[in-house]
Amino acid sequence: MRSRSSLVKAIRRHWVLYLLIAPVIAYFIIFCYFPMYGVQIAFKNFTAAKGIWDSPWVGFVHFERFFKGYYFSRVILNTLQISLYSLVIGFPVPILLALMINEVRTKWFRSFVQTITYAPHFLSLTVVVGILFALLSTQKGIVNHALRGLGLEPIAFMTDPHWFKTVYVLSDIWQQMGWGSIIYLAALSGVDPQQHEAATIDGASRLRRIWHINVPAIMPTVAILFILNMGNLMGGGSLEKLLLMQHDLNLESSDVISTYVFRTGIGGAEYSFAAAVGLFNSAVNFLLLVSVNYIARKAGETSLW
Amino acid sequence: MVTQTTLKSGGRIRQSAGDRVLDLFIYVWLIFVAMLVLYPLVYVFSASISNPEHVVTGKMWLIPMDFTSVGYTKLLQDKDVLLGYRNTLFYVSAGTLVNVVMTVLAAYPLSRRDFVGRGAITAFFAFTLFFSGGLIPTYLLIKSLHMVNTFWAIIIPTAVSVLNIVIMRTSLEHGIPNELIESASMDGCGDLRMLFRIVLPLSLPILAVMVLYYAVWNWNTYFNAMIYLNDREKFPLQLFLRDILVRGEFNELQTGEFSIQRVLEGETIKYAMVIVANLPMLLLYPFLQKYFVKGVLIGAIKG
Repeated sequence: MRSRSSLVKAIRRHWVLYLLIAPVIAYFIIFCYFPMYGVQIAFKNFTAAKGIWDSPWVGFVHFERFFKGYYFSRVILNTLQISLYSLVIGFPVPILLALMINEVRTKWFRSFVQTITYAPHFLSLTVVVGILFALLSTQKGIVNHALRGLGLEPIAFMTDPHWFKTVYVLSDIWQQMGWGSIIYLAALSGVDPQQHEAATIDGASRLRRIWHINVPAIMPTVAILFILNMGNLMGGGSLEKLLLMQHDLNLESSDVISTYVFRTGIGGAEYSFAAAVGLFNSAVNFLLLVSVNYIARKAGETSLW
Repeated sequence: MVTQTTLKSGGRIRQSAGDRVLDLFIYVWLIFVAMLVLYPLVYVFSASISNPEHVVTGKMWLIPMDFTSVGYTKLLQDKDVLLGYRNTLFYVSAGTLVNVVMTVLAAYPLSRRDFVGRGAITAFFAFTLFFSGGLIPTYLLIKSLHMVNTFWAIIIPTAVSVLNIVIMRTSLEHGIPNELIESASMDGCGDLRMLFRIVLPLSLPILAVMVLYYAVWNWNTYFNAMIYLNDREKFPLQLFLRDILVRGEFNELQTGEFSIQRVLEGETIKYAMVIVANLPMLLLYPFLQKYFVKGVLIGAIKG
């Protein structure tokens, strides 16, 4: 009772603040929480005429269809492969880059490397994928010209399903590694130089100092970002980029949960089925995030909450 | 700064052979990485002003050969490109305005220590980072709001980002001394006047960061436009880019008669398109980069 009256008092005193934030709250209710309410169509047979509420319940029919469907294993496998591939190869790269940039004492060289490695982050995905198509084209691309020059067979990077994930993940690293290193560089700049001085006087080599001082200094940041990445293990890459790189020829290795939802839902208008697949996906991701966070909290001090 | 120079001289005293090898190793690797990142960008630029014959045969691999401006002149004559540019400029300015206003509206109250319910409201916003309705329910919502094929579909569903609210709020909390707020409040300064007279003028740098973040995002995004717009007249540049770069469709090519010359021109046009599409970003880049890093750092302080 008392807290309620104090809330009323607070609102009365600072009603302007509540008025200011009201449109933002309204935005989140309409565009973020209402779709969560709309998720129930995954358990219904949604028809636009009846709307979300009046469409009939059908239980887990759509989920069963997905689990037993022809595409299930392909889509799950591709999703996990792309995520794991990005995690195993892509996650350490910004860390290594930051550790190396941090060792550079020549100011202009440092900013030169940073300026260049940050740049691709600002390109749009359409441009990046466009560059991929141009550079990796079997006939006209410079990469295949180089391969031919070395006496090797040209490779159909953009159409051969075997190459899809590699091209996807490596181009992602190309675009984001510099940007991803910023946060680690910030953590490294917080290291007390006296620690390094003391270690140097004790005769520690550069490598030992990096390993025993710098690496522990960024571990909390590494842990947080790792938890976030694990929580997205069933994310399977960026839908936007996948859609740009995908075509019929590479579908067997490029089709992940999100593109499958897109194709059946938006393309095929099977709203309830696609919503069920999407819900399955975000539920798994949410569970992963919560459990990885739980494990991290038990194992060490770092966790998201 | 001072600490860094002491470290530098401290490091120099005992620069052992092993340390020098490590140093060399790091420099070589960083040069290699920088070249790897830079090469595609330089190549695209060179290809955009080189004779396409040398480009498709692989003769041109770094330095432009046989200068030509045909790619750029053809692009500037293309109706779609100009239309896309115009639409994108509109979406970027209107969208960014909405984004920044909404961000301030959320961040200012949340940054006030005397704002009851800030924890609950922050949690209410942050939950959407971890769980969402997903693509289909959102799509159906936009449809039922009759936003499909209107410019509202591009601006309203992405009106604000949680992460940017957190960045802005953190910056306001750290950048404006609480005593200042308290004393102004005691002097009878209202909450709204405080926003316009004290908070906003003192947070111009973070506002600039927000404008840049949202503007670049609005410039680069294509997904909502792709699913919500079907009228070419409303397409942003990125959608035309997708047609030209990824699908290899260029108006001129399809309507004109087929010839080797035209196919080759089409190649140059693609490369020119990459440059033209990023022109504003290229011009602003050194400025952009500095501010963006600042945003990342404020965001990293922890929300």
